[in-house]
Amino acid sequence: MTTISQAFPTPARSSLLTANALGIVLLLLLGYGLVPLIGSDYLMDAVLTPFLALALAAVGLNVLTGYAGQVSLGSAAFLAVGAYAAYNLNLRLPWLPLLADIVLAGGIAAAVGIVFGLPSLRLRGFYLAVSTLAAQFFVQWALTKFGWFSNDNASGVIDAPVIRIGHLTFTSATGRYVFSLSIVAIATALTARLLASQTGRNFIAVRDHEVAAKVIGVPLLRTKLLAFGVSSFLIGVAGVLWAFAYLRTVEPAGFNLDRSFQILFIIIIGGLASLRGAFIGAAFIVVFPLLLSRLGAAVLGSVFDSGVLEMSQRIVIGALIIAVLIAEPRGLVALIDRAAAAARRIRSSQS
Amino acid sequence: MTTFRQAKLALGAALAFGLVTSLPAKADEQFFPLQSYRVGPYAAGGTGFFGGFIDYLNLINTRDGGINGVKLTWDEGETQYEVERGVEVYERLKSRPGVAAWNPLSVGIAYAMIDRIGKDKVPLITINHGRTDSTDGRVFPYVFPLLLNPYSETSGIVNYIATREGGSDKLKGKKIVVLYHGSPYGKETIPIYKLLADKYGFELEQIEVPHPGNEQQSQWLSIRRAKADYVVLRGWGVMNPVALKTAQKTGFPVDHIIGNVWSNSEEDVIPAGDSAKGYVAITTQASGAEYPVLQEVIKTVYGAGKGNLDDKKRIGSVYHNLGIVNGILNVEAVRIAQEKFGKRTLTGDEVRWGFEHLQLDPARVEALGAKGLFHSINVTWDNHEGNGRVTFQQWDGAKWKVVSDWISPDWAALRPIIEKSSAAYAQERGIKIRTSGDDPVGQ
Repeated sequence: MTTISQAFPTPARSSLLTANALGIVLLLLLGYGLVPLIGSDYLMDAVLTPFLALALAAVGLNVLTGYAGQVSLGSAAFLAVGAYAAYNLNLRLPWLPLLADIVLAGGIAAAVGIVFGLPSLRLRGFYLAVSTLAAQFFVQWALTKFGWFSNDNASGVIDAPVIRIGHLTFTSATGRYVFSLSIVAIATALTARLLASQTGRNFIAVRDHEVAAKVIGVPLLRTKLLAFGVSSFLIGVAGVLWAFAYLRTVEPAGFNLDRSFQILFIIIIGGLASLRGAFIGAAFIVVFPLLLSRLGAAVLGSVFDSGVLEMSQRIVIGALIIAVLIAEPRGLVALIDRAAAAARRIRSSQS
Repeated sequence: MTTFRQAKLALGAALAFGLVTSLPAKADEQFFPLQSYRVGPYAAGGTGFFGGFIDYLNLINTRDGGINGVKLTWDEGETQYEVERGVEVYERLKSRPGVAAWNPLSVGIAYAMIDRIGKDKVPLITINHGRTDSTDGRVFPYVFPLLLNPYSETSGIVNYIATREGGSDKLKGKKIVVLYHGSPYGKETIPIYKLLADKYGFELEQIEVPHPGNEQQSQWLSIRRAKADYVVLRGWGVMNPVALKTAQKTGFPVDHIIGNVWSNSEEDVIPAGDSAKGYVAITTQASGAEYPVLQEVIKTVYGAGKGNLDDKKRIGSVYHNLGIVNGILNVEAVRIAQEKFGKRTLTGDEVRWGFEHLQLDPARVEALGAKGLFHSINVTWDNHEGNGRVTFQQWDGAKWKVVSDWISPDWAALRPIIEKSSAAYAQERGIKIRTSGDDPVGQ
């Protein structure tokens, strides 16, 4: 033990920590200060708000898949549960403040997640992934089948309410963005704390070796279900943001299997078992296609119609994903870490 | 390093282009943002509709030099019929100068835009579809389900079945099965069919086909067991040809299947082959290229190599003609608004005024070269549908043939239901109900 701590001398650790803290402070300053000040409505409404919602969903899935090692293909279902739960709480209990709605919606998503997490006690890997597909299909089916969930709206599409906290309403693009940013920042901070605690270490123990974890006294049942619960809670809250802050409408078809895969891709590309990875992956999946489509339309828009451009973008993005994963199977976050380490080496060799 | 530099260059190019395209329009341009879908499961509808729309805008620019000298411009953003892509395109294109109106051709995207366009004060056109209660312009000042909302479509279909049976009193005791697509769009008419069944005394059964609908054996067995007299097909995409084929397999007579307005295209019947022969479907616009306006599109636009459809055989198809009609309605609304506000680039709110005065009688429709293509439209400040007439067409194996007159849905009976629903929406959202067309609009 002593040799290890000597191998990592304390000064380097603390400077790394402060560098991390500094980065987070800088990001928050950028997010709260600079972006609302100079960002356009388009940037905040159509790029950053969906990015934040998907990043939070990815943080949620990363808790389950990256840290606790349980593969899930049901993320979109939990997004939907969160969105519909918040809508119904808002509608049926109008005296409840919206923040309470959001937390309760997360709680309902967590409860549903725990139920669908039960098979994880017997199943692993691919088999578990397939069983979480049941959540995906069941939730979507139930939401379309029973009109009660959408307040018997004829077409099953519902309008999200205005975001309001006390006397504050978040109706502008900036308002919705700041609201999303705050929720995501708080949720991520809490998740980071949880993962640094004994519970987080239990998650990793279960992921790395179930039998060993059991032998050293990690309660498997509780840990796995807790992972499902925490993960679904976060994804449920992300669903509220997706529906209330971004789309401002909710329909079951928007939470299909494609969305589940999208979130899974985010954490794989960003980096498993890394909170930063969830954000970097979400940025890649949300922002990069937009950039590419703008670029494609700008350069080749006069030659090809939008359909051809769309198809070629898919090819480009697919190829890039493969390239990234070959270059660095641990995701973009590892790529960035390597680059940072290289930069540090160069700097220290110069000094 | 080189890749990094390339990425930087590319980013620079994108930014530079963004700057160029966001320069203010010259004083005489009107912009149509298009949330089109040329990729994905519903591309057949998207390419036809947006192709026809663009073809007509092109015709106006080439033949007339725009509307009274105001050039029409447009830009496409691909949505794949997905809501969040539609929203992204909306946010991207909404700040372009001189936006006239939005035409997403998707219920989901339209729902997501209702709040936004109210705030941005630009009209949202949902021709032949959309949210039924947005017909009530008192509550939805900026939303226009032009020509035909889902309830009118339902009423038109029931009226047509009544004429086939020899009068609405003959509907009593008949059995009608509605086979609907398991989606928001498919479910929109469930309550209105129930209501009409009570009113006319026909027996009703509504059966859902889960999306996408490529397996319908059990549904058609239930139809056979129910001994249905008519089946209303409320489908979309692949569900339609599969329904026709399965009907043939289970021995249901194809001429007793009545397709709704999204089950009425060539793309729905051609894949079904022989089993579609004799199938009848409702439409607001006839198909075929014999109408003068289409001849001009072929001559002026396709002649100059500027046509939007890759496959010229699709000129005059149902979706293409719907796009042409949609083009006519948009252009005429701008023209009407120009009469009041001046021949210049109009604001979205001024175009909204134009749509609220979009009255084209059969004589005006003929002058536009569209006699027989569609009947007429009469939009007012509180009726945003505009009482479009419908007709029925039968597939003869090669093309659609019109088999009915222009039929009117039962608007008077539908209006109270629509007003009830819109009043509930107004109350939920705290919207002030307009009492006259001159009322200032705002949400």
